[in-house]
Amino acid sequence: MRARQIGDVILDVKNISLSFGGVKALQGISFDVREHEVRAIIGPNGAGKSSMLNCINGVYHPQEGEISFRGEVRRDMDTHHAAEGGIGRTFQNLALFKGMSVLDNIMTGRNLKMKTGILAQALHFGPARAEELRERAFVERVIDFLEIQAFRKTPVGRLPYGLQKRVDLGRALASEPQVLLLDEPMAGMNMEEKQDMCRFVLDINDEFGTTIVLIEHDMGVVMDISDRVVVLDYGKKIADGTPQEMRNDPDVIKAYLGVSH
Amino acid sequence: MNGMPPTTADTFPRLLAHHVLVRAERPAIREKDLGIWQTWNWRQVAGEVRALACGLATQGLKRGDHVAIIGANRPWVTWATAAAQSLGAIPVGLYQDATAPELVYVFQNAEIRHAIVEDQEQVDKVLEIKEQAGQIAHIFYDDPRGLRHYTQPELMALTRLKELGRDFDAANAGFIDAEVAKGKPGDAAAMFYTSGTTGNPKGVVHTYAALIDRARAGCELERLTDAEEVLAYLPPAWIGQNIFSYAQALVAGFCVNCPEAAGTVTVDMREIGPTYYFAPPRVYENLLTSVTIRMEDAGQVKRGMFKYFMGVAGRVGGRLLDGAPVSLTDRVLYALGDLCTYGPLRNALGMSRVRVAYTAGEAIGPDLFRFYRSLGINLKQLYGSTETAVFVCVQPDGQVSADTVGPPLVGVELKIAENGELMIKSPGLLKEYYKNPGATAEVLTNDGWYHSGDAGFLDAQGHLRIIDRAKDVGQLANGAMFAPKYIENKLKFFPFIKEAVALGDRRDMVCAIINIEMEAVGNWAEKRGMSYSGYVDLASQSAVYDLIRESVEKVNADLAQEERLADSQIRRFLILHKELDADDGELTRTSKVKRGFIGEKFAVLVDALYGGRAEQYVETQVKFEDGRSGMVSATLKIMDAETFPAVKKAA
Repeated sequence: MRARQIGDVILDVKNISLSFGGVKALQGISFDVREHEVRAIIGPNGAGKSSMLNCINGVYHPQEGEISFRGEVRRDMDTHHAAEGGIGRTFQNLALFKGMSVLDNIMTGRNLKMKTGILAQALHFGPARAEELRERAFVERVIDFLEIQAFRKTPVGRLPYGLQKRVDLGRALASEPQVLLLDEPMAGMNMEEKQDMCRFVLDINDEFGTTIVLIEHDMGVVMDISDRVVVLDYGKKIADGTPQEMRNDPDVIKAYLGVSH
Repeated sequence: MNGMPPTTADTFPRLLAHHVLVRAERPAIREKDLGIWQTWNWRQVAGEVRALACGLATQGLKRGDHVAIIGANRPWVTWATAAAQSLGAIPVGLYQDATAPELVYVFQNAEIRHAIVEDQEQVDKVLEIKEQAGQIAHIFYDDPRGLRHYTQPELMALTRLKELGRDFDAANAGFIDAEVAKGKPGDAAAMFYTSGTTGNPKGVVHTYAALIDRARAGCELERLTDAEEVLAYLPPAWIGQNIFSYAQALVAGFCVNCPEAAGTVTVDMREIGPTYYFAPPRVYENLLTSVTIRMEDAGQVKRGMFKYFMGVAGRVGGRLLDGAPVSLTDRVLYALGDLCTYGPLRNALGMSRVRVAYTAGEAIGPDLFRFYRSLGINLKQLYGSTETAVFVCVQPDGQVSADTVGPPLVGVELKIAENGELMIKSPGLLKEYYKNPGATAEVLTNDGWYHSGDAGFLDAQGHLRIIDRAKDVGQLANGAMFAPKYIENKLKFFPFIKEAVALGDRRDMVCAIINIEMEAVGNWAEKRGMSYSGYVDLASQSAVYDLIRESVEKVNADLAQEERLADSQIRRFLILHKELDADDGELTRTSKVKRGFIGEKFAVLVDALYGGRAEQYVETQVKFEDGRSGMVSATLKIMDAETFPAVKKAA
């Protein structure tokens, strides 16, 4: 049961290949993501999961293949365009300004929505001031949503890891993405933090209708919260389907349990 | 204050109506939301309550029904409480962390059909128990997050309930006013479930008369006006919270501030600057610890200044608060200290504007108590419980001390029963335990006395002293009262003593087993250049014994001041070679000493204490943190402590 029915394909990845020198990180990967769904990418270490996300939001430029986002086909895209186009992202190793407060970190995610120039913002006058107040109000909603009010003014570097992950998610949410790419949002967390994070992911999906693509290692989490799963191994796609199908797929079991050929 | 005479309104909905008449535009409730304080004045609050009450009426809530309210301190909790009362229904606050089985009992016991809850978590919990609790028909929620796709017919958002209410109000003019007019002071106003250590919780029923009378007595004693600000941060299901932030706010017309989230309370408190404040001793202790830690990190100059001025404050601050004579030099020094240290510190604590601060619940250490008072914060103790609608005794200004809880408040009569139990007669006593006449008869006598379950006595000034739970109080062989926890608490207030066990029930003298506080005694030893190899070694050093003996003798001197307790002076004590530990069964999980168990486990030591021996060899099994167990052995010294003749009261 969910508030928004899963819609049409919003993100279509066709035949993507990416190599670094002689290393083939991704080989002919194709899959699609439908609007409002929670799509998981799983696979052993080095399977190419993060590389896949990096292709989608323009950090890497695949040598072959194309990605269409909302029907718009593209080969190359830079990260800024991806963000403007509505693709948000969190990072495995966090990408936060450790010395800045939680509020300021999340505000940086909102900067995309600000129209005034850098000079006006720096001087904080006229429309820039009004704009900041408006955008601050939105950021406050994100802070409220993620329940981090108590840390609003705390420098991010002083927060425990689980909370930093939440701030990273907040920064991504601040740009109101249509598609949110989450790179191991639950890595290094204890059980309780994982449960909290699962709830936030599902609530984001539910409240804002945000489509979610996530990489996750914890199979319990994947099975619980995702609608469909893509399985990668050594840069190749080895399976694609519902969590239930994946559970019984011999190739997936082999990749995860390391059965010899 | 705007010069209006105090109201005589006798139910909460009528008090609300009174405030709309006399101070409609004054702030009634504030909540920090999205980083900004939002304010509702009395007129707006009355509007919200009216809409909710009418909404609840459309959903079948009737006079005499019980309504469950589960949520944090948010404005809607206040509104829902008043809305239920407007209809003559009885709000039942429940703790947010109550488990599903606990809820089942309460829902069945109070036959609850309507529940008003905070969010998805609480909705899930109530839905989970729906089958067992049978009659739940309506669940209203405040925060819709995560509930979008719930289709259960029982569910409704509070916003929708208010819409229904406003429509109903428009179509049925006068309905709600008529309902409010029907309320009588003797009606049940609210029910509070007490946890109870054994068996099922009991629903304590309070009438409007009881709650309003006690709230008013407290307001009059402290001269609370509509200018007060309070911070609502304790669980709303607890009667104290209801009295301080609901009943008294409605009696005096002051403003209640709801923090943004549980984690932001300290920051919110600094922003609001409450004038009227309550906290259990634990909270004051944590605040002091955080101050001490920050001071240790401060620079030389600041630390020196802090040390010097705290010395001045310790000498002068309490006397100034009590209005006692203070020399001009000291006044000047204190004023200077106020400028440099106390003022900024009060501000950091969020207590710059505190006029009255209460603590209750457990004994508070004299040093802790003095610290706050010396800063100029008017910290006072009060005594009461759920069954007495809180206010039984309060220390009036100028008559404050760490070991009493003050004289009985206006309207209260006290007497001490044969067995030392405190009996209370007060307009604030419970009406009954809900549907539990057996339990009611156990605590309420036919002629209106309430068995408090606490042992205490009135001292020479007529102030009540609580010494222990009545069932824990024993007797010495000569028939004198023996209150182990009272003695243990006195010992534990010394920083070098971590735990203490007082022995003496049905014996001819009192002996004590003492645990040293490793950190404090270790620091003390290092400063003296004493070497020690570990806990067992440190605990057995004769210098440490002398140190502890000083504390024990101070306790004895203190006990000698009270005729009834003079026989409880500690004759002999020993310092235990191991820390008392919950893993070894010596403490409960909430860190209370298990006196009986310790007495059996260390029977050889007890025999040695009473047998007059000077030392005793003992072997004890201990459990290590990894689950293995081993033996610790030591030869413990036993030391005599000096006792003092009892101070006779002037006839």
